Amino acid sequence: MSAQSKSIFGRLDTLTLVLYLSLVFIGVMTVFSVEHRSTDPSIFMMSKNHMKQFMFLGVSLFVGLIIIFTDSKFFSSFAYLSYTIGIFLLIITIFAGVDIKGSHSWLGVGAARFQPGEVCKIFTSLALSKFLSSPDTNFQTLRHRLIGAAFALAPAVLIILQKETGLALVYFCFFLVMYREGLPNIILIIGFSLVALTLASLLVDRLVLFIIITALTAAGGYLIRRELKRNVSARILLVGAWLVCILFSQVMVPVLFKYVLQKHQIERIYSTLGQDVPESYMKAGQKKDEKKGNVSDYNVKQSKIAIGSGGFWGKGFLNGTSTKNEFVPEQHTDFIFCAIGEQFGFFGSGILIALYVSLMLRLIYLAERQRSAFSRIYGYCVASILFFHFAINISMTIGLAPVIGITLPFLSYGGSSLLSFSILMFIMLRLDSDRQVMIR
Amino acid sequence: MSIAANPRQFVIRTIFISMAIIMLIRLFFLQVVEDKYKVMANDIAIFRKVVYPPRGAILDRRGKPMLYNERVYDLMVTPGSVSKSLDTQSLCEVLGITTQDFTKMLNKTRIKSGPMRKGVFIEEMSAQQTARFQENMYNFPGFEMAERFRRTYPRASAALMLGYIGEVSPDMLKKEQYASYQQGDYTGMNGLERSYEDVLRGQRGVHFLERDNFNRPREPYKGGTLDTQEVAGRNLELYLDAELQELGEKLMRNKLGAVVAIDPKTGGILAMVSAPNYDPNLLRGTERTKNYSKLYRDATKPLLNRATQAYYQPGSTMKPMTALIGLDVGAITPSFGYPCAGGYYACGKRIGCTHTGGGHAANLRLAMAHSCNSYFVHVFRLIADNKKFGGVKNGVQAWHKYCNDFGFGHPTGVDIPFEMSGKVPDSNTYNRMYNGSWNSCTMLFVGMGQGEIALTPIQLANAMCIIANKGYYYTPHFVKSIGNNTNDPLLKKYHEKHVVTHIPDTFFDVVAKGMQDVVEHGTGTVAKMEGIEICAKTGTVENKAVVNGQAMKMKDHSVFVAFAPRVNPRIAIAVVVENAGFGASWAGPVASLMIEKYLLDSVSSKRKGLQEKMYNANLVNKYTYVIDSAQRLRDAARMQRREDEKRIVDSIAFAKDSIKAMRFFNKYYIKKNK
Repeated sequence: MSAQSKSIFGRLDTLTLVLYLSLVFIGVMTVFSVEHRSTDPSIFMMSKNHMKQFMFLGVSLFVGLIIIFTDSKFFSSFAYLSYTIGIFLLIITIFAGVDIKGSHSWLGVGAARFQPGEVCKIFTSLALSKFLSSPDTNFQTLRHRLIGAAFALAPAVLIILQKETGLALVYFCFFLVMYREGLPNIILIIGFSLVALTLASLLVDRLVLFIIITALTAAGGYLIRRELKRNVSARILLVGAWLVCILFSQVMVPVLFKYVLQKHQIERIYSTLGQDVPESYMKAGQKKDEKKGNVSDYNVKQSKIAIGSGGFWGKGFLNGTSTKNEFVPEQHTDFIFCAIGEQFGFFGSGILIALYVSLMLRLIYLAERQRSAFSRIYGYCVASILFFHFAINISMTIGLAPVIGITLPFLSYGGSSLLSFSILMFIMLRLDSDRQVMIR
Repeated sequence: MSIAANPRQFVIRTIFISMAIIMLIRLFFLQVVEDKYKVMANDIAIFRKVVYPPRGAILDRRGKPMLYNERVYDLMVTPGSVSKSLDTQSLCEVLGITTQDFTKMLNKTRIKSGPMRKGVFIEEMSAQQTARFQENMYNFPGFEMAERFRRTYPRASAALMLGYIGEVSPDMLKKEQYASYQQGDYTGMNGLERSYEDVLRGQRGVHFLERDNFNRPREPYKGGTLDTQEVAGRNLELYLDAELQELGEKLMRNKLGAVVAIDPKTGGILAMVSAPNYDPNLLRGTERTKNYSKLYRDATKPLLNRATQAYYQPGSTMKPMTALIGLDVGAITPSFGYPCAGGYYACGKRIGCTHTGGGHAANLRLAMAHSCNSYFVHVFRLIADNKKFGGVKNGVQAWHKYCNDFGFGHPTGVDIPFEMSGKVPDSNTYNRMYNGSWNSCTMLFVGMGQGEIALTPIQLANAMCIIANKGYYYTPHFVKSIGNNTNDPLLKKYHEKHVVTHIPDTFFDVVAKGMQDVVEHGTGTVAKMEGIEICAKTGTVENKAVVNGQAMKMKDHSVFVAFAPRVNPRIAIAVVVENAGFGASWAGPVASLMIEKYLLDSVSSKRKGLQEKMYNANLVNKYTYVIDSAQRLRDAARMQRREDEKRIVDSIAFAKDSIKAMRFFNKYYIKKNK
């Protein structure tokens, strides 16, 4: 118990802290580089976003300090209560939310605004960790698995009701945590298959897809024909898989596109895939000629131009012609990676990605060394949330994923995002500093 | 510890790492392998701004500006930056417009240039608007003034000679000469503005600026290291005397005609008037198109530069040249006389002479002073039929050669565009006209400046220079120096001395004395001035116009040529006043007053009365308008006819086609069905 003898600061994980601080610092500098003009009288202008971000950073560090001085048992005992508060806030937001850029997910108190969906990630992580680590929970039973899934998906549903689908998708990252805690492999495989199937049903004609699936099933059946002869359940499984695939591609996706997703989301998905929106999915009142050259298409194109023009070494700090002159919309929030890509090129982007991956791997390392399950599961939650944000955000700027508005952790401008990620990190650091203590 | 116990953490780690690898591969292709994004980024983000340097000014011989750039202000607005709390009422008061106008204009700008870019709100603000707006500018965010330069003619004179600038038309852009121009550039369209376009224009600068997503230029690209600086246009200093020019224009007010005054020692044009004149300030800025078509439709044709483009028969002003040719050929001697008794009968038909007194053509000087038609017609015949040439055809050819030497029949090469060459007949002309059977009697009128010869006023003035200089001239030109450099390569051709004839000086002296007699006691006494020996020749030119299909004799053109002083001449002048009467009555005073103004710097008080009379005379005949409207009607009818013909041709072609179609139809369709 030598670690216990050190002071609380000495017990914080240095590498994680360094990675966190460097990312946050890169974030402030990038926001600055996007906004700075050579005509600006001074770099310390409070009206500018980078100074605001600096302020948010101060607030975040202060909150972090408070967290570090909090008892580590507080988080697990506070978990369910906080989750309830979070859900309550989300429900309020549905009715009392402020509209910002077409999303209804912000709560406003005076001039200050925050996104409950962003903060609720923390609460959900805590609650899920608490639930999964509870001795009463047996995650091998279907009932408890469903409860676990419900913990993750309840906020997602509420957020979808706020028309902020992007943020809601983040909550699916908890399946990664649940996988670590014993969800069967097959779920992961099914998850990936579903994504593949969704993409296929968007890209391929419905009838053709039907034939392809049927052919694949027949081929699979031929390969395991002996098994089929012997085993009834194998036959049921094959037919079941075929039915599910058909149902999904022929019914689910069209229904989803026709009735659930918003017009701009459909356009984003299709534009990322390099396709025009088919007429059957076009919403009422949407003109034919509107479908091409739409906004999200423009975003991705400009973003790709900005990143692509960076070359290997980049154009240099403050020399980005695309980002500096605001060709990329939302470039200080969702598309901030463009500024890195343009100014520092492949070299800088690579370093940034390496920083993120190191942080995530470090978090998993921290999680795995916890004695208490609560801390471990919480560590996985943090890593998974980070991963989802990181993967989807960067993928959408380079045209690998549809443009859904989620932030790049620590870099994107915005108080809600920075604060919630900082809190996530500091709670993990705090828990890690007490890793020898059993927390229930 | 449980690290070894759980393999799933490695699955998750693998997922993280493989995602990062996928991203890196994608980034590598995007950033390192593909080049197109760099090009695209430059295309969208770098704005090539062409900077137009100020155009050169044009100054007169005393350095007074004739044409320069005036500073004007446009009111610009960025519709998106106009705040909602703008005090529209007070802005309207400052600008002196109504609020309805304001809304309308703002919408117009918004439509034209979009909400985020600056657009013109008011073009060329008045001085009052400028002053008042400048004072209150801080109250109106989104509005600002933009400085611009506008060509201005402070003296409002010499419109056709200075010329004007206009936008390059798409047709012009196709020509090689305009290769360096772009759509929307301005270029000199006429006059000196056109001839010295390259000098006046200067060199455009190219600045590279970064631009933002609304296409608004921002800061210099790479700190401006790739920019080319603009070079300002150079000034032109002219020989033109602004005051003399103004006097000439005043004297020619309400008249049709032209005045050309040249300094014979340099060939520099001191004044060039084409009447009627117009205010060149009309042909600039937004009003140009409207005013241009108005001037174009005017019956008096103010857009025709009568000094270089109009043809006039020289009339009696040809006589000094005829005399010189006669003397040089050896057809006559200075003492040669002709017994004229009021007419020339040698060719059967009478050619009238205004003088009947015996001995008024007893020698060359007397004949010149009295402008005896018989004498010069006879001299011309003597030249044409001279034994030296052997036959009238060769004689006329020799005479034609002399005329060319005097600068007739080809453009003088003055430095303003669209000069006409004039007409001097030669043997071929008459062979065509009379089918080869003609003699000196057929065309003897040419000797007294009538008939087939036609000259421009500048050619007449140039001929006076040759007589004044005794046999040489410099190409008439306006520009003395370019940017104070008299030796500019562009001006080299004007420093070249053209020695055109080798007529002995004594002959020139005789003719000059004869011309002096014209003023002293001959037909041109109106031009007489104390203390200055003026050599001049009057001309009264018969002319015809076609009215209602008939050639009708119109009132004579009044022509006057002169140079002064006789010894060491400083000015040579030619004046034409259309349909005015005797040469001495209208053109004479103009020439005389202008010579006096130039040589003595002012018109003496004794002659103020004459000056007033000239100012107030209106010599534009009513039939000018009649002839013009008849001409326009004829043109319209011709156009109509041409269009009708085209329509007929088209309809015939169409009918042919339909007949063909019908045949085809019958052949292949109806027959089968049977």
